[in-house]
Amino acid sequence: MTERTSNRIFDTVNVVLLAIFVLICLAPFFHIIAISLSSTRAVVSGAVTLLPIDLDLRAYRSVLSDMSMVHSLGFTVFLTALTTVFCMVMTIAAAYPLTHKKLKGRKVFMFIIVVTMFFSGGIIPEYILVQNLHLLNTVWALVLPGLISPFYLIILISFFNGIPDSLVEAAEIDGATQFGTLFKIILPLSLPVIATLSLFYAVGRWNGFQDSLLYITKTELYPLQLKLYQLVQNSMISDVTRNEGPGVLHSTPESLKAASVVFATVPILLVYPWLQRYFVSGVMLGAVKG
Amino acid sequence: MRGTVYLRRYWQLYALLVLPLAYFVIFKYGPMWGVQIAFKDFNFFQGIMGSEWIGLDAFREVFHSHDFFKTLRNTLMLNILDLIVSFPAPLILAIMLFEVKFQWFKRLSQTILYIPHFISWVIIGGIVYQVFGTQSGLVNNFLASLGFGPVPFLSDKHYWLFTYLATGVWQSAGWGTILYLAALTGINRDLFEAAEVDGAGRLKRIWHITLPGLKTTIATLLIINLGNMIAIGFDRPFVIGNKMVMDYSDVLSTYVYRTGLESGQYTLATVVGLFQAVVGLVFVLGANYASKKLTDEGIL
Repeated sequence: MTERTSNRIFDTVNVVLLAIFVLICLAPFFHIIAISLSSTRAVVSGAVTLLPIDLDLRAYRSVLSDMSMVHSLGFTVFLTALTTVFCMVMTIAAAYPLTHKKLKGRKVFMFIIVVTMFFSGGIIPEYILVQNLHLLNTVWALVLPGLISPFYLIILISFFNGIPDSLVEAAEIDGATQFGTLFKIILPLSLPVIATLSLFYAVGRWNGFQDSLLYITKTELYPLQLKLYQLVQNSMISDVTRNEGPGVLHSTPESLKAASVVFATVPILLVYPWLQRYFVSGVMLGAVKG
Repeated sequence: MRGTVYLRRYWQLYALLVLPLAYFVIFKYGPMWGVQIAFKDFNFFQGIMGSEWIGLDAFREVFHSHDFFKTLRNTLMLNILDLIVSFPAPLILAIMLFEVKFQWFKRLSQTILYIPHFISWVIIGGIVYQVFGTQSGLVNNFLASLGFGPVPFLSDKHYWLFTYLATGVWQSAGWGTILYLAALTGINRDLFEAAEVDGAGRLKRIWHITLPGLKTTIATLLIINLGNMIAIGFDRPFVIGNKMVMDYSDVLSTYVYRTGLESGQYTLATVVGLFQAVVGLVFVLGANYASKKLTDEGIL
């Protein structure tokens, strides 16, 4: 076997295997979309795999006419926007002073922050704190406890540190205040990293689940993930009991659950292609430091 | 005088820091202060300060509890299995992607393989239920077409381990390639060309150039993983697990939630959380020490 043929075999096998992995990666999405679009009869008979059978849009009609689902989506969009703005403003407010080597107490402040990356009180004391602050069943219970991620803060600090001192000094000589320097010099130069970190905050909030499970019992304040969880948990139980015997629990039809899952997934899939490169650059920012 | 000049120049920096520091003190150090309820017979009526000290009674109770050791074992078991299964996956995937010559195919594959990372565990839980279900699930449909009976992926604890691990690989393998791919672009191209001139085949090149080039990245990621052995997220085991497979799916994080917030045994749950935090800290510091010894660079 010559060099060239063995190379060609390698390339072909490699590409074919990768293509299979990509298909495996996509198959669950196709399956759930197919289920959501198929008739209940086709789903129960187990005939639906990757393509819908007996196209049936009723599941989507009921999801979209379920006001609590639509409300939850709207609330989650609002919550995500609110969280992202608050988190980013606070992270910038913390990062900028901490880049100043001359700031007295800087080391102490850094120490206070870094300690929290390695030790936390745990979720029970956190719950008691949120309860004592009377934040249970408010939007703020989902915003305030995660206001600043020390990891993102350190990424931002090291990015600010990379901005040439000469620019800052020139601004200071021109009589700019610290606020002036921050708004006119630092922030305009940091837009890409700010976009990336905002995105990470936004995705974290959009996908966040545990805090809403702990802090929210009022249905008007259910984020999408918590809303969806109730449906999912219903389905887990009914599938498990189905194995037990014929006492079938048909709480929600499969296609309706699938349509709800798709409904919650679509927003992420819609924005993902446009934002992918920011995500990737974010990982690299983190890796440089860590 | 120097003090006032300093303040006049820098007061704005302190003004900026006030709210962030208040955040860390209240929301990070507040709970640390609240950890004292691990040593108290806590109830909401009397509050943290008013509750009575009980010394190490709650610790004794936890360390005599069968459930605690079961969840501790499950945490370590799931993490170790994850390390064996999920750790090599992105490495292999990254090398495969690196060897692809068609840029469009490489980029398309990456875009698709990254997607699951952005899907929440709740959504993944919903998908997992549909894909692994015994009646209409994709996997069981496929197995049935090969003539195998329905496999209880969600309700038998042994099969459930497979479900848990496979889901982990699906979710994280693609995204995990990013750091490896970045390290691969750092390998000197001349090495590959020299190997080609010397007549080394592709597999040989991977073995002798690509893999050694990734050594530091692999070691660092492995150490970080080992440092997190006792830490476990809440969402994944909570959402993918269910009552039938509790023997394996109940881990420290879900146990804390169950005893603390569902049964109201705040003191016991705080003890478990504190145990996890302290052991976790020791693991991370140990991993950092090991990393310094091995690569001259800490991970912290």
